[in-house]
Amino acid sequence: MFGRSIGKNSLLLGAFALVTAGVLAGTYQLTREQIASSERAAAQQALLEIIPKERHDNDLLADTLPVPEDSRDQLGLDASADIHLARQDGEVTAIIVPAVAPDGYSGDIRMIVGINRDGTVAGMRVLTHRETPGLGDKVELKKSDWVLGFNGKSLGNPEPEQWQVKKDGGHFDQFTGATITPRAVVNQVRKVLVFVDNHRELLFADPETPDSESATDRLEASTP
Amino acid sequence: MSDTADYGAISKNGLWTNNPALVQLLGLCPLLAVTGSVVNAMGLGLATLLVITSSNIIVSLIRKGVSDAVRLPVFVMIIAALTTCIELVMRAFTYELYTILGIFIPLIVTNCAILGRADAFASKNSVLPSAVDGLTMGFGFMLVLLTVGGVRELLGNGTLFDDMHLLLGEGARGWTWQPFANYPGFLVAVLPPGAFIVTGFLIALKNSVDAQLKKREAASGTEAIKGSKRVRTTGNIG
Repeated sequence: MFGRSIGKNSLLLGAFALVTAGVLAGTYQLTREQIASSERAAAQQALLEIIPKERHDNDLLADTLPVPEDSRDQLGLDASADIHLARQDGEVTAIIVPAVAPDGYSGDIRMIVGINRDGTVAGMRVLTHRETPGLGDKVELKKSDWVLGFNGKSLGNPEPEQWQVKKDGGHFDQFTGATITPRAVVNQVRKVLVFVDNHRELLFADPETPDSESATDRLEASTP
Repeated sequence: MSDTADYGAISKNGLWTNNPALVQLLGLCPLLAVTGSVVNAMGLGLATLLVITSSNIIVSLIRKGVSDAVRLPVFVMIIAALTTCIELVMRAFTYELYTILGIFIPLIVTNCAILGRADAFASKNSVLPSAVDGLTMGFGFMLVLLTVGGVRELLGNGTLFDDMHLLLGEGARGWTWQPFANYPGFLVAVLPPGAFIVTGFLIALKNSVDAQLKKREAASGTEAIKGSKRVRTTGNIG
């Protein structure tokens, strides 16, 4: 009697587990493609904000270079990540480097920094952060145009020792009530610039590989 | 309850008398966490509404086939499956909102209001009353979310309906209402304490409205007697 009720109940539970698993599998199958394309669109939008369509003719998302392993620390990354390359007629015109400022007010600030061929900043966006709403979250473009202040800056402009917030005697504004967040961001952008400066040959390597790569890109694009 | 369920009573119960957020104080974690703006509140409110309504319907449908011993695990499984489906759908179609709400979508599973309704109502009632119960409980919860979200957004950022396009598509992009130019922002409303304070005021408001209603009911009770006397004496009303 007891055994039978256990048997019946476990069968019932098992049946429900099967049905719910089936429903989940079905939903997953139905939404999978849409999710992939939404994620792709979101990733692409951030890249396109930094390097608009007019400035490149390749697929920013697909044209990547892994971050060299020995530079991960410098960029604050804890796992492998890709640098996106923007090309115009096969020539790398700008790159987008992922970086993490580990010393935000509350945890990591993930960002991408676009650097032009001439070493100036093409644009910078913070992707995720947990800074205080109303204070530190002015690193979002939506809240404040502070991040646009990096555009056109380079290691020589302002001078390297000026790559600090004004409170520390540097060039960049801090926010009212929040110094730690901008300090972390400024510092990390400077590190990205140093990284790019040290790896110019690798990152902006032109002829062979890129040309053949973009040639195949074009081939694929032209085949119906 | 029989088939002639009192839908008015069920609705009033869910929306007001037994409101999940204001009276049962269930689901406070998402209530406090995501109500920084109307769009966040509406996103989570709709998701919760969908889960609670469909879980009530399904639980009510299978209520006779499930023995008491495995009732709760089965209910939890149903709710978890529904929540995951909703999460996948939101991720597919409202990706940005999905990333903003983050962990609070999967956490709908742990919203006690949902398991509570499944166990306390849907497992004892037929499908239609259960659906109405889920719908009104969900609406009651969403209304509180929207109110707290609206107050916090207005006080904290000086806007209302900002970013609605994340949920409702591009057509809603221009909905942002900014009553004051150069509003300096009111930080505490955006931070978690603001959520506690606004929710507290809402609960107080509901209680005082209830007290008023009770008083008026008591008063109208005596008035009714007076009135009936008056009717008898004048006799020419309507």
